[in-house]
Amino acid sequence: MTLTVLKPGPLTTVQDLGRDGYAALGVPHGGACDPLSLRLANLVAGNDEGAAGLEITLGGLALRFDAKTTFAWAGATMQVTLDGAMLHPAHRYTAGKGAVLRFGFAERGARAYLALAGGIAVPPILGSRSTGLLAGMGGFHGRALRRDDVVECGRAPRQVPGVAVAQPERGEHLRVLPGPDWSLLGHAAQRQLLSTPWQVGLASNRMGMRLTGAQLECDASDSLDSHAVMPGCVQLPPSGEPIVLLADAQTTGGYLRPLVVIRADLWRAGQFKPGDTLRFAEVDSDAALAALAAQRDWLARVSRSLAWEAR
Amino acid sequence: MMEASIPMPSVMSERLPANLPSPVSIQPFGESALMLGVGASLPAQRRLWAAWHALREREPRVEWVLGMGNLTGFFDPLAIPAARIESALEAAWQESAGAEGEAGKRVEIPVVYGGEAGPDLAVVAERTGLRRDEVIARHAGAEYIVYCLGFLPGFAYLGGLDPLLACPRRASPRIAVPAGSVAIGGAQTAVYPLASPGGWQLIGHTDAVLFDPYRETPGLLSPGDRVVFVPVTS
Repeated sequence: MTLTVLKPGPLTTVQDLGRDGYAALGVPHGGACDPLSLRLANLVAGNDEGAAGLEITLGGLALRFDAKTTFAWAGATMQVTLDGAMLHPAHRYTAGKGAVLRFGFAERGARAYLALAGGIAVPPILGSRSTGLLAGMGGFHGRALRRDDVVECGRAPRQVPGVAVAQPERGEHLRVLPGPDWSLLGHAAQRQLLSTPWQVGLASNRMGMRLTGAQLECDASDSLDSHAVMPGCVQLPPSGEPIVLLADAQTTGGYLRPLVVIRADLWRAGQFKPGDTLRFAEVDSDAALAALAAQRDWLARVSRSLAWEAR
Repeated sequence: MMEASIPMPSVMSERLPANLPSPVSIQPFGESALMLGVGASLPAQRRLWAAWHALREREPRVEWVLGMGNLTGFFDPLAIPAARIESALEAAWQESAGAEGEAGKRVEIPVVYGGEAGPDLAVVAERTGLRRDEVIARHAGAEYIVYCLGFLPGFAYLGGLDPLLACPRRASPRIAVPAGSVAIGGAQTAVYPLASPGGWQLIGHTDAVLFDPYRETPGLLSPGDRVVFVPVTS
């Protein structure tokens, strides 16, 4: 089964849940910027949570199904049509041969995920099918999709009736824990970091989100020894404007780390687009663990109820 | 966008304090990571390599990442309690005592210096007040040590550059530095494993492939390796 790209949109890449075990070599974790939406789209399409799908940045993708295909999409709010008929997020659909799927511009959120039954069939590299844009590695020939690309899908799991799931709420808050360098910020900078309504800058991509809105005063801004960083780490470079690292974050950094986005909110971080407002909300580690457990429980419930439907 | 503005690794000249250890700390980095910090020095880094190897064996489900004078473990906090990671880090650090003198494998990297391969060799010569052949002799005459990897896949943080070769970065970075470029930036030297934007001075080029995801061992260099640049003619 294949699909043909008619229009790639600004950035459409093959992504799964990323690479584990190679950060010490300098290989970014990568994978979907909003892994929760990819997991959801996969479950609804009848796949394993971690199957490779398409990450559609800001919309604009149009593709043609070259054979009958079951699929689902989730994530950012976009107008999505199949041969002109409107489609809902997190619903399972089956397209006929020759049908055309179109994603409009992202109205809310930044990234939508398209899961095709059977997953995108590209060879795994270092344990993942995700596209590493910087290294030109993995995914579809190590690059974003272009017009006329023909993308292959794996064999679809057994066909089941259409199902639908409600998508989780996003909002403009990211819950954070104090980072290792929180105490190096003065009291005023700490307050400002947590109270400023930050704007997401244009110079944002899969590596990170640049925030503008205030310039925090800080003395020790460039004096740290290089250390590991990861998606969700909030860095404070000497400019005083924070950066929130996302899925393609480099593996090491040297800037201050005043905050860390909790694991349960990483998917939210992947859904801000330039111009959006973002606020940090401080929580403690018990709350962070409880939120992560609740999120996994929710996914497990979705998975179980879909398996029930599929009997 | 951000590719052009990634900070290159911070200065990493070999600091060799007379007394070890510097204050050792283990601190949380979010709810799913813990960082052991011991201060950057070569003896401390040697112990960190030993601890890193031990931890990768002992806790393979944890992602262990070396920095300069630090070691971070990334774990699933719902599967592994932080306390277990903390004691693993502490134990591995204690057991690494005695590893200060251990040396890693020696890797020779052939380099074509100057010309098209190293368009900034003349700049480095001018800035350092050395002749071009002196720059080459000093750069190729040292043994470098891989402190850790990061920043780009296969990028090695090397210690051991002759201080006389320190040279400021370019005023404006190149949009694309070719893969295999051998460069000096500030008091550091490095090989670009991939084509990427960069502001370092390019003094040569190597055909050695530092990172190949299709190779059984994707990275040419590992933490603790000793690196020697060998001048060759193209």
